[in-house]
Amino acid sequence: MRNQQATKLLFEMSREGRRAHRLPALAQDLDSAATLLPADQLADAPPALPELAEPDVIRHFVNLSTMNMSVDTHFYPLGSCTMKYNPKRNERLASLPGLVDVHPLQDDRSIPGVLQMLFELQGMLAEISGLPGVSLQPAAGAHGELTALFVAAAYFRDRGETERSVVLTADSAHGTNPASAQMAGFSTQTVKSGENGLVDMEDLKSKLNGQTAVFMLTNPNTLGLFDSQVKEITDLVHEAGGLIYLDGANMNAILGITRPGDFGADLMHYNPHKTFSGPHGGGGPGAGPICVRDFLADYLPGPIVEKQGEEYVTANPSKSIGRVRSFFGNVGVLARAYVYIRTYGKEGLRRVSEDAVLGANYLLSKVKHILDVPHGDRCMHEFVATASKLKKEQGLTAMDLAKRLLDYGFHAPTVYFPLVVEEAVMVEPTETESKETLDAFAEALFRITEEAGDLIHEAPHTTKISRPDDVAAARKPVLRWTESSE
Amino acid sequence: MARDKTTLLYAETHEWVDVAEEGGQKIATIGISDFAIEQLTDLVYMELPEAGKSVGAGEEFGEVESVKAVSPLYCPVGGEVVAVHEDLPDQLDNLNEDPYDFGWIIKVRIEDEATLEKLMDFPTYQKQCASEG
Amino acid sequence: MNGYLFHTEADRLEMLRSIGAESLQEIIDGQVPKALQMQRPLDLPPSVDEMSLEQEMRRLAAGNASVSSHVCFMGGGAYDHFIPAVVDEIASRGEYYTSYTPYQAEVSQGNLQVMFEYETLVSELTGLDVSNASLYDGGSAATEAVLMALASVKKRHRVITSSAVHPEYRQILESYLENIDAELVVVPANESGTSEDLIEAIDEQTACVLLQHPNYFGRLEQVQKIADAAHAAGALVIQSFDPISVGLLKRPGDLGADIAVAEGQCLGNPLQYGGPYLGVMACRKDLMRRLPGRIAGQTSDRRGNRCWVLTLQTREQHIRREKATSNICSNQTLLALRATIYLSLLGPHGLKETAEHCVVKTNVAREKFAASERFELVHPGPVFKEFVIRDRQNQVQQLVQHAQSKGFLAGVAMGDLDEAWNDCLLVAVTEKRTEAEIEELVEVLQSAESQRIDPVAQTV
Repeated sequence: MRNQQATKLLFEMSREGRRAHRLPALAQDLDSAATLLPADQLADAPPALPELAEPDVIRHFVNLSTMNMSVDTHFYPLGSCTMKYNPKRNERLASLPGLVDVHPLQDDRSIPGVLQMLFELQGMLAEISGLPGVSLQPAAGAHGELTALFVAAAYFRDRGETERSVVLTADSAHGTNPASAQMAGFSTQTVKSGENGLVDMEDLKSKLNGQTAVFMLTNPNTLGLFDSQVKEITDLVHEAGGLIYLDGANMNAILGITRPGDFGADLMHYNPHKTFSGPHGGGGPGAGPICVRDFLADYLPGPIVEKQGEEYVTANPSKSIGRVRSFFGNVGVLARAYVYIRTYGKEGLRRVSEDAVLGANYLLSKVKHILDVPHGDRCMHEFVATASKLKKEQGLTAMDLAKRLLDYGFHAPTVYFPLVVEEAVMVEPTETESKETLDAFAEALFRITEEAGDLIHEAPHTTKISRPDDVAAARKPVLRWTESSE
Repeated sequence: MARDKTTLLYAETHEWVDVAEEGGQKIATIGISDFAIEQLTDLVYMELPEAGKSVGAGEEFGEVESVKAVSPLYCPVGGEVVAVHEDLPDQLDNLNEDPYDFGWIIKVRIEDEATLEKLMDFPTYQKQCASEG
Repeated sequence: MNGYLFHTEADRLEMLRSIGAESLQEIIDGQVPKALQMQRPLDLPPSVDEMSLEQEMRRLAAGNASVSSHVCFMGGGAYDHFIPAVVDEIASRGEYYTSYTPYQAEVSQGNLQVMFEYETLVSELTGLDVSNASLYDGGSAATEAVLMALASVKKRHRVITSSAVHPEYRQILESYLENIDAELVVVPANESGTSEDLIEAIDEQTACVLLQHPNYFGRLEQVQKIADAAHAAGALVIQSFDPISVGLLKRPGDLGADIAVAEGQCLGNPLQYGGPYLGVMACRKDLMRRLPGRIAGQTSDRRGNRCWVLTLQTREQHIRREKATSNICSNQTLLALRATIYLSLLGPHGLKETAEHCVVKTNVAREKFAASERFELVHPGPVFKEFVIRDRQNQVQQLVQHAQSKGFLAGVAMGDLDEAWNDCLLVAVTEKRTEAEIEELVEVLQSAESQRIDPVAQTV
């Protein structure tokens, strides 16, 4: 099965004179192109791209694909990433020519179907979040987070409350929270988690004052726990004159069960590529639509779809922060979310979250006999175990576990996040896995803890490569192929 | 002439300081301790200041990176940076092996000698490391 | 109910038994305070089966004009270039599109190698040393480049750009800079639609200059001249470029750009009403540690095999948190994959040929419009694949409507992006257009005159 066409780089396969793509002949001489442009603007030769025949290209990329684990091929319990099944009808329907081949600057009247779909999606996201203002523009979760902070900044500026310059983030939060806050011109302070993994109320109170702009809350949090103090938290922040931003990373746990708008959030983002099954695309594209309370809706980035009589039109909110990317948004990803929400509908979305919670709690009930789970016997859609005891007693780290699981045919959970748990192993099974798969995963985890050290320290053994040298990669970065690096 | 780590001064933030007279001025040579290098694990990059920059005691003057962490470097004394070990970032393996001679990072012309008084001697620093390790 | 769930009633009971819970509601009640739980079902449409939904979506899609149903002369940052079948075939493999960020390199070598190949191709297209694994889109990439320049050039806060840069790119920049300590200066383009005047605005407060070449009007800029002036003043140069154009034109790195950005949609990615698209970005080596986004690098594994990993991660938000240059934690791998396939199918000759088709056909169209009675060319001088025409009757919206009824997406009504251009149309011609289509477009637009007479114009 050894296959050179996969391990060689495109550039190493290149042979002068090969071609896969040709255009028709023109009436004009193609060389005339050069005479139509100023000589000093012309390159001597086109860029040195590889020269390949079409079968070469196919075999190369098809073989490369087999070196990936994916949701279509493996259980992928990567905590915080919601690696659920990506329905094939999403792909087909989002690829209909009347959707996928629409130019972004076409006028509204030429695309009633696109706008109707986006308008309905705005309404669905508002209903699921309990927050009525929706912008579909941001391109990813982190982008939505940043956009929401721009909205908050514009709101405070408009009210003359420019002294509100501090964003509070939880110590268990995604690193994007403080990074986004800084990009939106805020300074950040960290609010601690208590022993129980929830927000430390005393620490929060001590940090709330007239400078507080926004508290960025993840709920359910990155430990997979729903913060039962959330109403008290949001009330306190509101009393201090601040806004609550909800990091919607974990919406898959609460669809139809509770709504951010109902527990006090003022702004939030969705990750439709997670919650609403748009695929993850090997790292992207995603999308990051945001929802806000009515008094913030005027600040949203445009365009937004409105319905005027029977017509759907795009419009910019009156005090809009402007735009955060070109054109409307990641419509291809949003179309998949639309298909997904329509498929489950009002009856089904709550069931999605219930089964996500059931699966995670079931797996937790098995894993707690193998690894310590520091934050209790129950969780929402994911839980965080720790390998710290294994590390002390057997020298097995979270990374070792992760690598050895690959040999058993499972993608590894998220490891070393959140930062508040040592040797963290963060497991999110999602609702689209069977009990048999969850049982097999727990069984594999158990068997690994019984295995001899060397077998694990050098794992994985069954993959094409094992334990790449990250240090060498970072010390002397090789970020492109050159002839000499062959 | 090899530096003897037991005769150096240390900051709480794990930088070492070697003070010497050069042309009538007190010059502090600064690096990071072998303990810190071990704790940081495999170092991959170092960001250094430019010569001529003035740094306050306790201020950040650069950064050292491992694969998955960034740690600020703090200047234990206040003054002007008079020399920078430009080759160091490209030879971090050597830093691991020889932190006190090859591994010097910057030299600072000391402006306020009082800042030296806050630094630890080797036995005190060793105690700190023992409590952290 | 339709969906993708597994558990039978027997499964559920057994799972609850293992958990030690009576019911799922008990688990939820233990987490979510009763008072915060929804007491009604979500107000959403009912669940719908695959067949019915497909029938409905087909109707919805059929109501839209698109580049499948119409002949497209629209550009303005998104283009109707040809996409070979191989691109769709490979990108529809689940092993690619249902995987995620390569946190476990051992089971992500496919994606990582593609990222490395993509980075090499982008380095080659830009003539710069280092590429990241892609950003959201061309517009936000331009802003990320500016943020990167502001972080690299210490103590300077002024950003200079030109009105010949895409209006939406400038709007993004404004939104971002509003919140931080930076000043944006937009220098108007001159009468011939180029930006040499911004040289005058460069001073010792200038951190960077952002220009687009070929620019929003399709015109070619004097990048080298502007770059020389910027560098002399200690500022960085960011060039937004068209990846197809470097089949013929000099590359950003050859012209003195320090950072190059581009909209990579034109490299094998569908238009899909604006996204997802592909933000291309590359820079000189000394700026590498400020480059935002994911980066794949080459290394070897414990057995000595060549392999690829995510690297230089200390730049990123999950480590640097509030000190990170950017909050971006994803890349558009699937679109970068498509671009990588596209470029490997085209090769150097295919890219050159595509660029030549664009230039030759664009000039054919330009001549025909120049010869028409109704339209005039706004800018003299050479263009790459689009150009601005003025409608002497100032009825651009009606023209666009009329053309659409005749099967054409005639161009971008420039007034939609900037009111100052209300009487202008931006016409783009890619390799897909034929001479016959060009002729027909000009005829259709000319004939609009007799069919639609504006009552206001009539009285004048």
